[in-house]
Amino acid sequence: MIEVKDLVKKYGDTTAVDHLSFAVEPGRITGFLGPNGAGKSTTMRLILGLDRPTSGSAFIDGKPYRDLRDPLRYVGALLEARAVHGGRSAFNHLLYLAQTQGVPKRRVSEVLDLVGLTAVAGKRTKGFSLGMGQRLGIAAALLGDPQILILDEPVNGLDPEGVLWIRQLLKALAADGRTIFVSSHLMNEMAVTADHLIVIGRGKLQADMPVGQFIAQFSDTAVLVRTPDADTFRSAAAERGWDVTGTKEDGALIVTGSTAPQIGELAAERGLVLHELTPQRASLEDAYMELTRESGEFAHRPAPALGGTDGRS
Amino acid sequence: MAARDSVLTPAAVDAAGTGHAHFGRLLLAEWTKIRSVRSTYWSLIALVIAFLFFSWLFPYLTVANWKQATPEQQANLIEDPIGSIMSSGLFVGQLAVAVLGVMVTASEYGTGMIRSTLLASPHRVRMLAAKSLVFTLLIGAIGEVIAFAGFYIGRLTFKSLLTVNLDSSNVRQVFGVGLYLGMLGLFALVIGALLRHVAGAITGIVALLLVISNLIQLIPGRVGKYLYTYEPTNAGFAIIGKRLPDNFLISSWEGYGVFAAWTALLWALAAYLLVRRDA
Repeated sequence: MIEVKDLVKKYGDTTAVDHLSFAVEPGRITGFLGPNGAGKSTTMRLILGLDRPTSGSAFIDGKPYRDLRDPLRYVGALLEARAVHGGRSAFNHLLYLAQTQGVPKRRVSEVLDLVGLTAVAGKRTKGFSLGMGQRLGIAAALLGDPQILILDEPVNGLDPEGVLWIRQLLKALAADGRTIFVSSHLMNEMAVTADHLIVIGRGKLQADMPVGQFIAQFSDTAVLVRTPDADTFRSAAAERGWDVTGTKEDGALIVTGSTAPQIGELAAERGLVLHELTPQRASLEDAYMELTRESGEFAHRPAPALGGTDGRS
Repeated sequence: MAARDSVLTPAAVDAAGTGHAHFGRLLLAEWTKIRSVRSTYWSLIALVIAFLFFSWLFPYLTVANWKQATPEQQANLIEDPIGSIMSSGLFVGQLAVAVLGVMVTASEYGTGMIRSTLLASPHRVRMLAAKSLVFTLLIGAIGEVIAFAGFYIGRLTFKSLLTVNLDSSNVRQVFGVGLYLGMLGLFALVIGALLRHVAGAITGIVALLLVISNLIQLIPGRVGKYLYTYEPTNAGFAIIGKRLPDNFLISSWEGYGVFAAWTALLWALAAYLLVRRDA
């Protein structure tokens, strides 16, 4: 269990983390979502005791990280930037970490095998690809068999096989009752991985809820309807107060403010022929963009037109 | 590189105890770090070769040119043969120790490995203490070994000219090589921890050793003498000197004490900043 209480981190005049409070519960994958520069990495570093908060506090199982004995046995962390010396072999990198925790040497071989790096264990890490580096980071995180995992953008730089592998790994670890806290700036990645979402923008908490609720709350439901009696359908729908928009060239209609069963019932009542009736799953990406629109670091200034008519060029 | 299907392995991890991590574990881990990078081997090989080569070269040249030497030069040599065996090798070899000392700390920041290190040992001062102890002892031990090896090489080379024996008047000079190098290694390690930048810290310490330590004696009067004497590496180098320069105001052991005091002061500052600063 990770608890963050009224956490603030300022760098000069910039507030990277702004009175953030949340809890990360065990047994599920909690996605930590926000645009680049929203303060995700900073929050994770504050939880891990690498940076000092300006005010507020963060606890791992009720204790500050710096008070944990053998912390790698409580918490495994993968940080965004690579944290290895390129001249040292993967094995020796993990070995010294294991030695600080009193973790036996055979566990090093075990985690190397687990992440599929056994064949390159003796190679210096400066020759590793981004994906291999990520795998080594995961191996380091799993070294102490921790109950809590904190992973900053773990799928960055991974090929599709690697992305799938991470997803399966996280799900298996969560099913095992562990606390998984994983950050991403990609909504769609979180939608298929996470059970719970914590969304931040400009260091402030924007949402803290299950993924399903997030979708329901932040997106309109829409239904695609295809009918030869488009005009009759439009007027019938208007009577019910539903919005019918987006008449496409092929005659498809988008109905919002209603559900597929309601539309089906209406059509049966009026004797209208329907060729298609498809609920549109609201785009999570849209919901996320909507939520964080005003909170990105650079976002939301419209891109200046080339040739500059705005007087700045 | 194929990922395995099963992601869970039986944990080969013993139950965690209470209190802070054993200091012994941190020592072992720091030892693993030092011995698992090539820069350690290259620096130490450079130290050993440079020191032993100069331990032979200077006596060899002295013997070869003995007849052309002035009576004053001859008298200096007879008074302090160990100084002439050791000082050039030490002057060159110390650069390898300084570079390695800086790398031991500063390269952790350059590579980002400091984050792995601090996640594993969040009690940062203990980590710095373990690193300092392991590195100082390693360099000190190697320093003593090459000091005695260099002494015997020099003694053999001088044999046709004079007999050099170890006695109570000069044994400090030989032991001083390991003492000086160990302290210099720690001093460089601390500079690396303070500046957190390999190139900057190496530039700083090499400038101190080769340039600043000599230039400050050009400052006239008593101020110049004080600065020259209390500059940390000059003060430390006095441990291998027999007859110290006229502008050096204190004894050999006092000089070494000054070097140790500088190192301790900067170590305390580095420890304080390590705890205060974001990693």
